[in-house]
Formats: sequence, structure tokens, C-alpha cells
Amino acid sequence: MTHHHLEIDSLRIALDGNVLLELDAHIGPGEILTVMGPSGSGKSTLLAWLAGFLAGDFEASGHAHLDGRDITHLPAEQRGIGLLFQDPLLFPHLSVAGNLRFGMPRATRDKPRQVETALEQIGLAGFGDRDPATLSGGQKARVALMRLLLSRPCAVLLDEPFSKLDTHLRQEMRQLVFTQLRQAGLPSLLVTHDRDDAASAGGKVIELTH
Amino acid sequence: MMLRLAPALIVTLLVAPILAGLAMAVLPAFGYLPALGGTEFSLAPWRDLFAQPGLARSVTVSFVSGLATTVVSLTVVLLFLASASGSRLDRWIRRMVSPLLSIPHAAAAFGLAFLIAPSGLISRLISPGLTGWERPPDALIVQDPWGLSLMAGLVIKEIPFLLLMSLAALPQLDPERRVAMARSLGYRPTIAWLKVVAPALYPLIRLPVYAVIAYATAVVDVALILGPTLPPTLSVSILAWFNDPDLSRRFMASAGAVLQLGITAAALVVWWCLERGVACLGRRWVARGGRQRGEQPLRLAGKGLILIATLTAFVGIGSLALNSVAGFWRFPDALPQGFTATHWIRALPSLTGPVASTVIIAAASTLIALALTLAALENEQRTGRHPAQGRLLSALGLLYLPLIVPQIAFLFGLVVVMESLGSRPNHGLVIFGHLLFVLPYVFLSLSESYRRLDPRWSQLGRTLGSSPNAVFWRVRLPLLLAPILTACAVGLAVSIGQYLPTQLLGAGRVPTVTTEAVALASGGNRRAIGVWAMVQASLPLVGFIIAVGLPRLLWAKRRGMRGSP
Ligand SMILES: Nc1ncnc2c1ncn2[C@@H]1O[C@H](COP(=O)(O)OP(=O)(O)OP(=O)(O)O)[C@@H](O)[C@H]1O
Ligand SMILES: [Mg+2]
Repeated sequence: MTHHHLEIDSLRIALDGNVLLELDAHIGPGEILTVMGPSGSGKSTLLAWLAGFLAGDFEASGHAHLDGRDITHLPAEQRGIGLLFQDPLLFPHLSVAGNLRFGMPRATRDKPRQVETALEQIGLAGFGDRDPATLSGGQKARVALMRLLLSRPCAVLLDEPFSKLDTHLRQEMRQLVFTQLRQAGLPSLLVTHDRDDAASAGGKVIELTH
Repeated sequence: MMLRLAPALIVTLLVAPILAGLAMAVLPAFGYLPALGGTEFSLAPWRDLFAQPGLARSVTVSFVSGLATTVVSLTVVLLFLASASGSRLDRWIRRMVSPLLSIPHAAAAFGLAFLIAPSGLISRLISPGLTGWERPPDALIVQDPWGLSLMAGLVIKEIPFLLLMSLAALPQLDPERRVAMARSLGYRPTIAWLKVVAPALYPLIRLPVYAVIAYATAVVDVALILGPTLPPTLSVSILAWFNDPDLSRRFMASAGAVLQLGITAAALVVWWCLERGVACLGRRWVARGGRQRGEQPLRLAGKGLILIATLTAFVGIGSLALNSVAGFWRFPDALPQGFTATHWIRALPSLTGPVASTVIIAAASTLIALALTLAALENEQRTGRHPAQGRLLSALGLLYLPLIVPQIAFLFGLVVVMESLGSRPNHGLVIFGHLLFVLPYVFLSLSESYRRLDPRWSQLGRTLGSSPNAVFWRVRLPLLLAPILTACAVGLAVSIGQYLPTQLLGAGRVPTVTTEAVALASGGNRRAIGVWAMVQASLPLVGFIIAVGLPRLLWAKRRGMRGSP
């Protein structure tokens, strides 16, 4: 198991001269930091900054370090940060296996084997050739999680990943996602409206005020 | 790097030739063209021009047909949209928009001519039963001196154009909600649409409407087929003067081109005043609050008029097909006595060259246009610089420039420029000329889908380790394959239908199916016209069939790729 850690240093994001959010945080390996706050308080903006997609309208100062490396100004694909969205967003033009393979680093050995193992892990053995549009909501969510893990990120950002699932499925996915992230030793930042998410993540909680 | 240059390149590519072309029309119009010995400014070209017999008539027909075409087309489209209620007929008409749009103007014009000519299909169907005609009447129905058939020919082609533009703009207005709101206040649906949706829709389709005015006032190919002959429309006269072996007539042709520019501008100004007037009257009509009266006639007109226009176009194409395989066909028989392939077989040897030229020119100009469009749109995505409201307007305005400045006014100035640069007429030059018109259409057709694609797809690709280039090839292109192919089909159709740029920049030495078909207009060999016009009409259709079929084939096993992304 690797030991990744993510640091956010005196981050300050402003929009039209008004400070939207200020944050300092350190997330250790396998830790999940939950950020909560009302709608429009800048949660998604925070994730966009970390991932490298901050829109030009915002001004940001501060630094992000991943495993000691300053990633503040790196292009998104070189940061080693993975994202899990509200929707599974499986590429509709690729098969399930194609989706899983999409993010695997070039040098990965024996990709088909790894894809098959990943599918087995989420109870979808033999689903590789399937059209993602034919999967159930829960199955899609699990494939999206596996796609993220197979891309070998060093940290993970989650933007309300469970909000669109029904109650039963939500419980199940929380279990799966948090367990997998911890097992992989990834520092994670979870953004949510749902107190149960925070409780289930079991880590520190930061409230953004507006 | 290349990406960042794309927008500037597009603007230069569209604006520079037009400005240069216009300049080289204005200078000779005042006697200055050293290559032809014109070294001093003079008003002689204008004196020659105004001494031309029938000039006033030409000018009037050009001006009136341009405005009338636009009024009729726009009215039909708005009434249809107002009365559309999602019935099967409405859906059928909506589905017919693309194929109708893909029919080149010339083919549609020939189809109409074959339908309404004294010996045409309609006259045959009602003779001798209703008319008692045993031989075709001696009436000037096609090429009538007032340009009525010319207007009719333009209307059946401009309706699908304006309809498509409106359908593309409508979703952002949320028309269902607006109409529902008005209906809850007691308005009948058609009236509700006209009162609450139409005023908001018009500003969104204003530029396409201007393009229709410009096109209709200055069109050449349709006017050669359906327009009056003695005198012809101004644009046709200009072309004749320009092609006159007596090169000194080019000065007068240039003056004519400037006059054409003025006529189109005048038509636009008159339209703009009309807009004001209608807006004022319309506001009063809306404010008066009538909710019920007129619903039924408006609804009937909305459905009836567009149905007539659509059927006319299709039956016209049908009569082209019929003529191309007709054996002996006595008047007033509705059908030929026999069918034969001889016209096709006879035309085949002369078809291959022009078909190949057409395909090469269309494919090349479309590919260049597509590459430039994708580069500009991708650049927009990467810099995150979405066209702000003001810039959007100006950028869009520039895109419309080649569609609003009459072709005849700048194209042969452009020919003069090219000649003085020592560039000989060839395929390359024609491709460049087509690009001026293909590029705007490809861009307009693709930009909406490109900008609307969920940005999370590319963010996802990036966080999964793909570079921006990889994301473009592996995510954006496949997701947008269907709209990209549609844009290509539109580009191909636009190029295939071009007459004037091919004729002028190719100096008549680059024959395409369109130039050959139009050249047949004066001859009156109906069977040959049938063959050539059918070929001309079916080439763009092949493009649309591929654009619709290829994604279905490729994504047969990907349900998520059906329907637009
Ligand atoms: N591209 C943008 N340009 C300008 N302002 C933006 C942009 N994106 C978001 N904003 C603004 O920034 C603020 C923060 O938005 P953000 O999406 O981060 O909120 P959020 O906390 O994620 O809200 P929610 O819980 O609703 O998802 C909002 O006021 C929003 O309007
Ligand atoms: Mg958010």
C-alpha cells in the first residue's frame, strides 16, 4: 500500500473580488475529508481548483501539494487526481471494458486480466463486452468507481457522488466507495449536502459558510 | 498553437476575399482597371449601364422578388410553427426539412419548371379534362416577365432553410411553457404561439432572414432557370456582361455588380423598416388581447401552405425523375408511353467528369471547413473563452458575411484579383471559392452541439490521464460523431449546389454537375435536364444518408449513442 497525502495551503478563491472560500487542509493516506456547505458556497469550485479546471472567472491563491509535489499549476492530466461525479458518466461509445481501460496508465501490464479482476470485485464478472447503457444505475456507479481506481490516482475528489442514488443503493455504494478508497490508501475529499455521507465517511468535516 | 490561430484564420479567410473582391468590383465600376487599359477614373461604365435597355425592369424584378420571397417564406414558416401541434403531419414535415434543404437550388428550380410549365405535369393532369387543351398552351408560365415562377422556386427552397434555423433556435425559448402560460389565460394555441413565441424567436433568426433576402435579390442559377429572360434579372445580366467576349464590357459589369450590392442593401433597409412597422403593429395586436378570433384560418394556413410547398418540391423532383426515364410522351398524357434508360446511357460518358469534379471539390472544401471549424471550437473550449454576448454577435455576423454580401457583387472582383495574382482557373481556386460558403454553414451547423457537450466528459477524460489532444480524439470526436457528420453533409450539399463560384473562379473550365445542369436550362432538352438535375439532387442526398447511417452502423451496440449527445 502506498502512502499518499494531499495538502491544501492557504487557499483563497474569489469571484468578482468577493472571497468565495478560504481553506487549509491536510488529508493523509486513506483519510476522507468531508466538506459541507449550502448551495453556492463554492464546494464544486474547490474541487475544480484541485482538479485543474477552475474557470477563468475565479481568482485563486494558495497551493496544493500532492505527496510533496506542488500541483497548483500542473495541467489536470498530470496531477494524479481522480474525480467521481454525481453521475457515473460512463463513456457511451465504449464498452464496459473500454471504459475501465480508458484511464489505465500506458505501462499497465496485462490489461485484460486487470479489467476482469476489477469486474469480479464489483460483482460484474463477464460484463466487459456490455454496452454501458444496458447496466442498472448501481452497476454503472460501480463501474465508474473501478474506472477511477484503475487509473491509479494519488488522490480522489468526490462531488456528491451518492446524491442521485436511491436510499438503499446509496448505503451500499457508500460502503463500497469508502472501503475501496481506504484500502487503496488514497487521500479523498468528499463534497456533500448529506450528513449521513459525512458520518459514513468517518473523517474530519469542514463546513463552508457563505 | 495551430488551434489558437484558427479563429483568426477563419475570419481572414472569410473577410479578406470579400473585401478584396468588393474593391475590385468598385474600382473598375469607375473605370479603373489597368489590366484592361482603364487607368483613369470615369463614369463611363455607369453611363453604359444605365443605357442598357430594360435595366429598370431588371432592377425591379431583382428587388421585388428578393423581398417577396422572404415575406412569403417567413410567413409560411412562422404560421406552420404556430399551428404545429405535434401531429403526424407536423412530424413528417419536420423530418423532411433536411432532405429538402439538401436539394440544390437548381434541381428544385428545374423540378418546379417541369411541374408548372405549359406542357408540365400539372397541365397534363388537368388536360384535356378541365382545360380542353389538346396541345400545350402558348403561355409564359415559367420565366414569366414578373418573376413569379422565380419567386415560387426560391420560396420552396428558403422555407426549409428558415424552418431549420427556427427549429434550432426554438429550444432555448422554451416555447411549450410560454404557450401553456398564454393558453391558461384563454388564448387559442396558434394565436398564443404567434403572440408569445414569435416575437422572441424573430431576433434569433434575423441573420438567416437577412441571408435569404441577400440570396434572393442576387441569385443567378435559379434566375437562369425560372427567371424572366427579356430582360433577365440584374444578376443574370451582370454575368452575361462579364462573360462577354468584348472585355471592355467588364467595366459595365462591375458597375452592375456595385448596383446589385446597392439593391441588396436597399432591400435589407426596406426589410428593416418593415421589421419596425410589423413590430409596432404586432405590439398593438398583442396588447389588444384578442385570444380566439382567427385561430381556425391561421391554423389552416399554417398547415396548408407548408404542405403545398413541400409537396411541390417533392413532386417536382419526381417529375425530373420521370422525365429522365421517359420514352415518347404525348401531350396531354399524364404518363409517358414507355420508359427507357437511353437518356441515362447517353449522358453517362459526359457525366463522369463533372461528377468526379463535383465530388472532389465538395469533399475538399468540406474537409477544410471541418478542420477549421473543429480547430476554432476546440480552441474555444480549451481557452475557456466562451463567446461573450457582444463578441458572439460580431463573430456570428462575420460568419454570415459571405451569405449576406451578394455573391455576384464580390466574386468576380475576386476573379480579377486572382487573375492579377497570376492564378489560373483550376480546381484549387474553385475549392477556395466554395470554402467561403461551405465554412459558414459547417460552422453554424456544428457549433451548437459542440458547445453544448457536457464539459464533464472532457474533465473526466483529463482526470483519467488523457492530454487535451487525447481527449479531443478519444472523447469529443466520438461523442460528437453524429453532429460532425451532419455538418459534413450540410457542407457537401452547399458545395454541390454552388453555381456562381464554380462558374467564375473556374472560368467555365471546371465543369460540375451544377454548372452543366444549369447550362442545359436554355436548351430545353427535358430528358437531359431530367438526368442531370436528378444527379445533382441525389449527390447531396448520399451525404445525408451516410451522415444518418454511419453512426447507426458504428454504434449499433451502443444504445447511449443513439439520439443526440
Ligand atoms: N464558471 C463560473 N463562472 C462564474 N461563476 C461561477 C461559475 N461556476 C460557478 N460559479 C458561481 O460560484 C459560486 C459557487 O458555485 P459552486 O458550484 O462551487 O457551488 P456549490 O457549493 O458546489 O453549490 P451546489 O451545492 O449547488 O453544487 C456560485 O455563486 C456560482 O454561481
Ligand atoms: Mg456543486
